[in-house]
Amino acid sequence: MSEEHYLELCDSPVQFENASSVNNVFFDEANKQVFAVRSGGATGVVVKGPDDKNSIAFRMEDKGEVKCIKFSYENKILAVQRSPKSVDFINFMPDLPHSEFSQECKTKNATVLGFCWTSWNEIVFITDQGVEFYQVLPDKRSLKLLKSHSINVNWYVYCPETSVILLSTTVQGNVLQPFAFKCGTMSKMSKFEIELPVVTKPAKIILSERDIAVATIYGQLYVMYLKHHSRTGNNPGAEVVLYHLQREGACKRSHILKLNTTGKFALNVVDNLVIVHHQSSQTSFMFDIKMKDTDSNLNIHQPVLPARSIHPYKIALTGPAAVGSQTPVPCELYSSTWSVFQPDIIISASEGYLWYLQVKLKPVVSLLQDKSKLMEFLLRRRDCKMVILSVCSQMLSRGDKGSLPVVAIVFDKLNQVYKEYLEAEQSYTMAVECGPSRGSTAHKRPVRTQAVIDQSDMYTHVLSLFTERKDVSHKFIIAVLMEYIRSLNQFQITVQHYLYELVIKTLVQHNLLYMLHQFLQYHVLSDSKPLACLLLSLESTYPPAHQLSLDMLKRLSTANDEIVEVLLSKQQVLGALRFIRSVGGHDNISARKFLDAARQTKDQMLFYTIFRFFEQRNQRLRGSPNFTPGEHCEEHVAYFKQAFGEQAFIKPVTL
Amino acid sequence: LFSPRMATGMQEKQYTPSLLNFFIYNPKFGPREGEEEKKILFYHPSDVEKNEKIRNVGLCEAIVQFTRTFCPSKPAKSLHTQKNRQFFFEPEENFWIVMVVRNPMVEKPNKEGKPPTIEYQEEEILDTVYGAVLQQCYSMYKLFNGTFARAMEAGGVELLTQKLEKFFYRYLQTLHLQSCDLLDVFGGISFFPLDKMTYLKIQSFVNRVEESLSLIKYTAFLYNDQLIWSGLEQDDMRILYKYLTTSLFPRHSEPELAGRDSPLRPEVAGNLLHYGRFLTGPSNLKDPEAKFRFPKIFVNTDDSYEELHLIVYKAMSAAVCFMISASEELGREFCEQLDGLVGPQLTLLASDICEQYNINRRVSGPDKEPQFKFIYFNHMNLAEKSTIHMRKTASVSLTSVHPDLMKILGDIHADFVRVDEDEEIIVKAMTDYWVVGKKSDQRELYVILNQKNANLIEVNEEVKRLCKFETMDPFLYTISTKLVDMLVTKTA
Repeated sequence: MSEEHYLELCDSPVQFENASSVNNVFFDEANKQVFAVRSGGATGVVVKGPDDKNSIAFRMEDKGEVKCIKFSYENKILAVQRSPKSVDFINFMPDLPHSEFSQECKTKNATVLGFCWTSWNEIVFITDQGVEFYQVLPDKRSLKLLKSHSINVNWYVYCPETSVILLSTTVQGNVLQPFAFKCGTMSKMSKFEIELPVVTKPAKIILSERDIAVATIYGQLYVMYLKHHSRTGNNPGAEVVLYHLQREGACKRSHILKLNTTGKFALNVVDNLVIVHHQSSQTSFMFDIKMKDTDSNLNIHQPVLPARSIHPYKIALTGPAAVGSQTPVPCELYSSTWSVFQPDIIISASEGYLWYLQVKLKPVVSLLQDKSKLMEFLLRRRDCKMVILSVCSQMLSRGDKGSLPVVAIVFDKLNQVYKEYLEAEQSYTMAVECGPSRGSTAHKRPVRTQAVIDQSDMYTHVLSLFTERKDVSHKFIIAVLMEYIRSLNQFQITVQHYLYELVIKTLVQHNLLYMLHQFLQYHVLSDSKPLACLLLSLESTYPPAHQLSLDMLKRLSTANDEIVEVLLSKQQVLGALRFIRSVGGHDNISARKFLDAARQTKDQMLFYTIFRFFEQRNQRLRGSPNFTPGEHCEEHVAYFKQAFGEQAFIKPVTL
Repeated sequence: LFSPRMATGMQEKQYTPSLLNFFIYNPKFGPREGEEEKKILFYHPSDVEKNEKIRNVGLCEAIVQFTRTFCPSKPAKSLHTQKNRQFFFEPEENFWIVMVVRNPMVEKPNKEGKPPTIEYQEEEILDTVYGAVLQQCYSMYKLFNGTFARAMEAGGVELLTQKLEKFFYRYLQTLHLQSCDLLDVFGGISFFPLDKMTYLKIQSFVNRVEESLSLIKYTAFLYNDQLIWSGLEQDDMRILYKYLTTSLFPRHSEPELAGRDSPLRPEVAGNLLHYGRFLTGPSNLKDPEAKFRFPKIFVNTDDSYEELHLIVYKAMSAAVCFMISASEELGREFCEQLDGLVGPQLTLLASDICEQYNINRRVSGPDKEPQFKFIYFNHMNLAEKSTIHMRKTASVSLTSVHPDLMKILGDIHADFVRVDEDEEIIVKAMTDYWVVGKKSDQRELYVILNQKNANLIEVNEEVKRLCKFETMDPFLYTISTKLVDMLVTKTA
């Protein structure tokens, strides 16, 4: 069963002092820091960072109950809100004075709902009457108002990744006004309305901030709305409605995630998957908005997998009672004291833990039967490579009847991603070569994600092991290799030599040389010098390999030396000479090499012919038929003289 | 039996070579005097008087025996006489097949009343050609019946003679000795030119079918009567190819051409239209009386000796042979399954290949009538290509050149066979034709050029030039540069 939990809490959570009457706990989504504030800060504030290593501890004066506390980026300035009107600041930069300064909101009679840092020194106050955008001047210990905007605000949501603040306005709270902040500028984006379920008694805030979350999914910003349906009527249950928020243009409703149940929900986004936790069933749903359901083009999504609970988690009991014996106890999952933050954070304030939610891919493999869907799903995940490779291995090892079409689909999916990467890489290289003269946009090198499974990956982790298997028929092995080569060709990817070698090795092993022969005939195995040499080595078991190899060398047209060597080794001395003459290389060949080969044939006439050829060459090149000492042909000259007599030499032309 | 052809002169009558006798004997079967008839396993024509049969067989036996003393390793292959020529072939130990061919002849009319004079043209027929025809007879028999030895094991002389009778009675009627030529010597395979991607798709198709119908042991794929893929070994494929292209396909294409049994009536399998149909076995699956009997063939007779059902299935121009162990029972269910699986896929593939083929043709330019014709053969892969021969039909193979030129090609080839070295021979034939033969390693190329007033050097240059023009694969397209590189110029 544990194989079925596809969600888990991370192994190394951030631990902090649990919330109590004397210890208040705050979480800053921007820096992902947990603040434990004891007695209003007088007895200490401990800040734990996302990786639990850089904790910061300090004290501050107790000036009343802390409502909100956050560092600016890089922990340069600390902002603390203790009153509904103002925010206090403390410099944390080494050479600046440490004492506090304060800023009251500009709008009269407004209440500060909260604040958000948008850079190391820029901050936004959100009041019930609008937003105020300030620059903090730490050396002057004051703030400068950059911009403000008046609007009635019920509540707000901040997305630190994109520095977008979403304000809830109007009586029902369902008109959302986004603002984007960037380098001292504040831009108002077009507002949009969340469609509420039909209600009976309006004129009251209906859209709660608990039901809205903002997150980036596949590089796009989405507003997620948890839409609860009343149990009455035909509605099958709650759903999550995604609104696609763009910098320009209106925000559009883009996806609907069907939950098919009701109750209390919480949202996370992990690895571009939307995770919906359902408290009453203690399970979570997983949605992939890129996964298309075949039966609808309306972007209505069902969960990718059946709902499962998060993998059971054990925590070590701490406290005075448990000194020596720290036996871990199961942690209560889906606890009502959990707080869930975007994108992937779960905090249990009562136990003092911050976890990152993680998706485990291995259980998905067994839960998602449709291999084509599974591959698509995996290819979109971050740490997918090894899982994909193991899926490939698994799929091949079983050799189920009728699995070849599935194998083909899987290969095609892998190679599509591979090809896209190769193309991006190629256009990047071309752009770089062309230089920066055109336009000012800097070329970004394409990122190689784990989903790029290249030939070497497939070879190392899947195919080379697969071809070694004794329990799979060689017919299937060859079919799979050919299918992979077909798929590469279909995407116009150059096939690497080692794949051909694998095919050849398998065919030779099973003595399927005529099959190999036919593949070569149709150039399924592309020409290369190593392949030609491999073929030559097969000649003794399969004579036609000789011609195949020589033809290949000739087609390559860069292997003239090799061709000469091959022909000479077969004692085809005249053939070698004719060949080298046909490509115009006969003035540069070694006379000695040819004469050696001719002598070896023990064919007198052949030796005579070859000798005469080189005499004529000498005559043409140097004006004399004699060999130069550098050619080391003395032995052959002597033999020629002995065999044919002095008068057989060409007479030097004397003027 | 004679097919007279009107020759140019006055009322001369020309007779082409024809089959006189064809017999098979085993000298061990009747070694004692008076038992000679037992040696004879098959004799054509069957109505020959018993003693004559015995005499002829005895003569052959004696010739073979006598000539063996001169060269024990190479027994006599043929005997030339004025009127006819005999060919001997021992395909299995002590089993001899003999074919007697009457030489072509000219009948010249004489003055009134006198009988016409007959001139035998004993040099007009070639040993290599008819020797190959004889071997082919045996190969074809073996393809459908297995070896003589196996028949003997299974049912003795009685079974063997039955089989021989049954097979050769029909087969000999399809021998057209007058139109045999160099291509019969080669017994090559014409390969279909195809790009790599389409070829891989075919591979994929074959693999999938073999995977889902695991009964299938071997598959062969042809398009336009040309081979693309063979799961059989080369030698078995060679004879199966011969059968398909000279017998089975022509038999089925003639009714198509005549408009009967139109293939353009698609079948519906599931929601897919397809044009697939069986060329062997059931001609119509919907017929409740349909028979599910397939011809049996024998392959790998040297080692594993397999007997297989031969299923030939065709959709448009694509034909696939599926071979299944003969011990399997094939019935309606299997055929329907195969039809449903293969029909739609093959139809799709056939149109893919057709499309690709047309693209290639467009790239290589419009079909111009070239100034030369050629035959290419590669012993290494049995690839052959001829622009001399027209489409083969069940009855005759047509050539586009004069038989005299074909004879020259045969002569050149006979010269090539005698020597191991690479060679080139250029012959000036009558009527402005030049014939060039080149042999290099395993390849042979014969070109017929029609060029007025050309001299030897020009012809040599011309052949080089013609060859250099083509850049495609030698056997897949036409002659290539690479080929010419291999074909070393050496004028004999």
